[in-house]
Amino acid sequence: MNSLILLMLLPIIGSIAVAVTPKTKEVLTKQVALGTTVVVALATIAMAVNFQRDNVELQFVEKYSWIPTFGINFAVGIDGLALVLILMSTILAPIVVLAGWNEAHGGRWSVKTFYILILVLETMMIGVFVATDVFLFYVIFEAMLIPVYFLIGGYGSGERSAAAVKFLIYSLFGGLLMLASIIALYVMSGAQGGHTFDLQALSQLQMSSTTQNFLFLGFFIAFAIKAPLWPLHTWLPDAAASATPGTSVLLLGVLDKVGTFGMIRYCLTLFPEASKTFTPLIMVLAVISIVYGAILAIGQKDLKRLIAFTSISHFGFITMGIFAMTSQGHSGATLYMFNHGFSTAALFIVGGWMIARRGSSTIADFGGLQRVTPVMAWSFFLAGMSSLALPGLSSFVSEFLVLVGTFTRYPVHAVIATFGIVLAALYILIPVQKALHGPTTPGNEGLSDLNLREKIAIAPVIAIIIALGFYPSPLLNVINPASAHVIAQMGFTDPAPTNGDK
Amino acid sequence: MTTSNSLVYLIALPLLGATILLLAGRRADKWGHILGTLMSGSSFAVGLYQLSQMLGRSNTARPVEQKLFEWISVGSFKVDAGLLLDQLSICFVLLITGVGTLIHIYSISYMSHDHDRRRFFAYLNLFIAAMLLLVLGNSYLNLYVGWEGVGLASYLLIGFWNQKPAYATASKKAFVMNRVGDMGLSFAIMIAFATVGTVSFAGIKEHAHHTSTAALTAMGIMLLVAATGKSAQFPLQAWLGDAMAGPTPVSALIHAATMVTAGVYLITRSNFIFDAAPTAQLLVVIVGAITLLFGALIGTAKDDIKKALAASTMSQIGYMILGAGLGPVGYAFAIMHLLTHGFFKAGMFLGAGSVMHGMNDEVNMRKYGALRKFMPITFVTFGLGYLAILGVPPFAGFYSKDMIIETAFNAGGIKGILLGSVTLLGAGITAFYMTRVMILTFTGKARWDEEAHPHESPLLMWLPMAILAIGSVSSGYLLSRGDALVNWLSPLFEHHGEHEELLAPIVVSALALGMVAIGVAIAFLKYSRQEVASVAPENVSVFTKIAREDLMQDRFNEAVFMRPGQQLTQVLVKTDEAVIDGAVRGVGKLAMGSSSLLRGVQSGFVRSYAALIFVGAALLIAAIWVVVQ
Repeated sequence: MNSLILLMLLPIIGSIAVAVTPKTKEVLTKQVALGTTVVVALATIAMAVNFQRDNVELQFVEKYSWIPTFGINFAVGIDGLALVLILMSTILAPIVVLAGWNEAHGGRWSVKTFYILILVLETMMIGVFVATDVFLFYVIFEAMLIPVYFLIGGYGSGERSAAAVKFLIYSLFGGLLMLASIIALYVMSGAQGGHTFDLQALSQLQMSSTTQNFLFLGFFIAFAIKAPLWPLHTWLPDAAASATPGTSVLLLGVLDKVGTFGMIRYCLTLFPEASKTFTPLIMVLAVISIVYGAILAIGQKDLKRLIAFTSISHFGFITMGIFAMTSQGHSGATLYMFNHGFSTAALFIVGGWMIARRGSSTIADFGGLQRVTPVMAWSFFLAGMSSLALPGLSSFVSEFLVLVGTFTRYPVHAVIATFGIVLAALYILIPVQKALHGPTTPGNEGLSDLNLREKIAIAPVIAIIIALGFYPSPLLNVINPASAHVIAQMGFTDPAPTNGDK
Repeated sequence: MTTSNSLVYLIALPLLGATILLLAGRRADKWGHILGTLMSGSSFAVGLYQLSQMLGRSNTARPVEQKLFEWISVGSFKVDAGLLLDQLSICFVLLITGVGTLIHIYSISYMSHDHDRRRFFAYLNLFIAAMLLLVLGNSYLNLYVGWEGVGLASYLLIGFWNQKPAYATASKKAFVMNRVGDMGLSFAIMIAFATVGTVSFAGIKEHAHHTSTAALTAMGIMLLVAATGKSAQFPLQAWLGDAMAGPTPVSALIHAATMVTAGVYLITRSNFIFDAAPTAQLLVVIVGAITLLFGALIGTAKDDIKKALAASTMSQIGYMILGAGLGPVGYAFAIMHLLTHGFFKAGMFLGAGSVMHGMNDEVNMRKYGALRKFMPITFVTFGLGYLAILGVPPFAGFYSKDMIIETAFNAGGIKGILLGSVTLLGAGITAFYMTRVMILTFTGKARWDEEAHPHESPLLMWLPMAILAIGSVSSGYLLSRGDALVNWLSPLFEHHGEHEELLAPIVVSALALGMVAIGVAIAFLKYSRQEVASVAPENVSVFTKIAREDLMQDRFNEAVFMRPGQQLTQVLVKTDEAVIDGAVRGVGKLAMGSSSLLRGVQSGFVRSYAALIFVGAALLIAAIWVVVQ
């Protein structure tokens, strides 16, 4: 199967199947949802096998006229960047479903609705990465908010409604700015040879640098909210603290990547000159995010908020790598997006199990879990090691590539960012000590260790984290040509070794 | 260069052991320790095989390489997963797997009553694998994986009994301080790539002569930072004392014989950088000199036998670092002291473990005394280690430490005199605190509590101690006979002209022995002639108090880094909520026109928000419509 549109349709078909399952048979509902996500993952892997990795042109291109009056097409296609992100999304989906088998219970609506939302979201997760028509991208970008909004507001915990609204308003605000930029692009395309939303055509537009700067900002702010970049990050901890663990995985692991993906695909492609103009500012914001997110993570008392802040630090690394404009930084950033998906998934999934068992997400309520629930404790520990980028695990490769790629052009930024690795040791080892070590906190003696379903869910995540730490080539071989293409189009070449200017 | 397909087994065997033991869980409790020991032993066997192959080749053709696969390749940043076994790394391979296997054997008995013995062996195997990767990696990035890998193993083993909060804290402290050092390694690698364009040892060595001194100096200093973290050198030394929370075999293997010497390996391996960066080299020497005194002074005041030995380790590694900083002539002597120290310090740590084993895990030497009669084997093996560390001829330390002292004096000018004096002074203090340990533990009157029933340890424990004791006796002689080690390593290092001798070797030895005699004499007067109090006296001089507090290292770190850091964290957490989120909320209110509208939106029924989005989409269509018309 080599059709991206068919791939997008699969989860929708699954959601229809979920919808017709009898209300009394919740297990069947879950099984259908799980089966669908597994099929989608396998289909994506099959497509990845057929992907020509050295071809920098868009592949699996399909284009259907959608709203001809406006020149809007349902146009899709992928390069290495998009392929990697789709792979990440569709592999995470079944893991999320299996790991959060009982997450839908106790929600505002039925179990069926929960899985329909998840599957519809999966279609959009694929669509947002494959769209090559800016209008199509925008529609999916905004429409994704709906299922996420309901997943947080309907199935979350704590202040879920408020968190959902905060998430929505933030996102709508960003989306509005992007909309303004899109309309302006559309208008200009009309003046320069015909109205179109085609990304390729729009990237050829002539515009003054002032225009370019304003339009760039419209896109960039929307993406910086998604990513999220300091100081536009404050919705994320609230959302992550209220969402179910599975939703958090999709939110931080996949949806936030739309932000960093958008920076590459839209900001750099459509506005190369403005991107260069704003690079100094963005690099500073990225470095602040790295250090700030890490320090804030250290100070958190709530496990979910802590994980959310670690992600803000990680997104700082990704953004820094993108705008460093070196092949190592850029490939590293793309690989980072993939690896972060799995390492954050591991943290949220295992953290979610701990929280569900203990009935509290306050770190201080745990204690001594290593001796009560060794498998769960080990899984959390490994997830933490991945988050702090221990060499030998996947995130080390991407983090080091970003650092080394940044250093060759922006040594000061890279040096400050490197301090993040010490902070990372703190934000992981402090909760590890509080939750897993020490004497068993009263109330934790009877906690059960992972069951078979949970072990099956977490095993592939850990396997991927370890395997890609030692052998990242399969992904790098796909990512490198796409990164090199972007860098070349931006007119950059990697700095040559200086020999210390001798 | 010769290639080999069998280098990978050195690492793969213990790694396989660790994996099996961790995945099998409690099912492996019965045989886990056997498997772990076998894996370590097989790795040692592979190491011996490699040595025999090496000996069969001419001195310049000895290094062998194995490329496993392409690890990371982006643009011009290309790093293979590649292994390099040369005259330097084979020394480490045999030390790690040889001493490592002895300590596995010892641990079978030492840990036999521990419920989690299998997990202990899994961690030990993991350590062996990571440490071998550290010394076998053919580039700084491969080394980095081993470097942090041993940090992980060390963390897991220090915190092996992490149900005790203090032990859990000790393991975290070790990891975090090591990460500060690791940052230095990261920087060094980044500088190497940005300036030389490669991160492999061979590549940098090839380009070193046309790389600027500034770049090489920066690399050298950053490598030194890394070394101070891993090798517990000033100013990143404060974790080592706390690391004694780990089971004693761990202290012997990781925190005495092998992992903590990785900094010496790093500097020696990077000889092509340091040789061309005199400033960095000078800093190495200064760090070594400070630490060798720092550790020795702490050692004089410790009543905890393991902490006294840990302070001694810090000090002895100070000697090695100092020696390595006096390259090219000092590299081989640093490695020689590293190897002899591996024998005698591991032996003494195992001896300390044996004492604890017989004394209900008591570590306070003031509660020991007269153990010579109850633990004769432990006494003899420990005593041989004691003679070795003092540098009494013909024991191991006599050869290796005197060479460093001699090299220090011959460094030339004021520098030489200063360094030589420091190393001599260190030798005297070492003699004092080690004699103190011997007297308090093995001689004098018994001061232990009534429930203690000291007894000699079983065969599996004393046999490794005895083998290490043989090393304490003979290794110095064997390594220096006919300059064996110097010649063995010489193809790796730049050749150097003959140094002027400030002092003849015989004079240096005499001076050193004189200092040792003074140190021993003071210890005898203080601890053998007088009754030793079983509780540490309170009315001691301010110097003793400071030494007991590890020269205030923790107080300094807490006051300068930890507490300000915690305050900053608290302030930022509050600011994030109040200022940044507050500003966003404020903008939101402004944008919505009035706060009451926002409240209305928030309290509204969920479905209305969905409607809001659709309204947005409709607006988009409408806007485009207008534009097109």
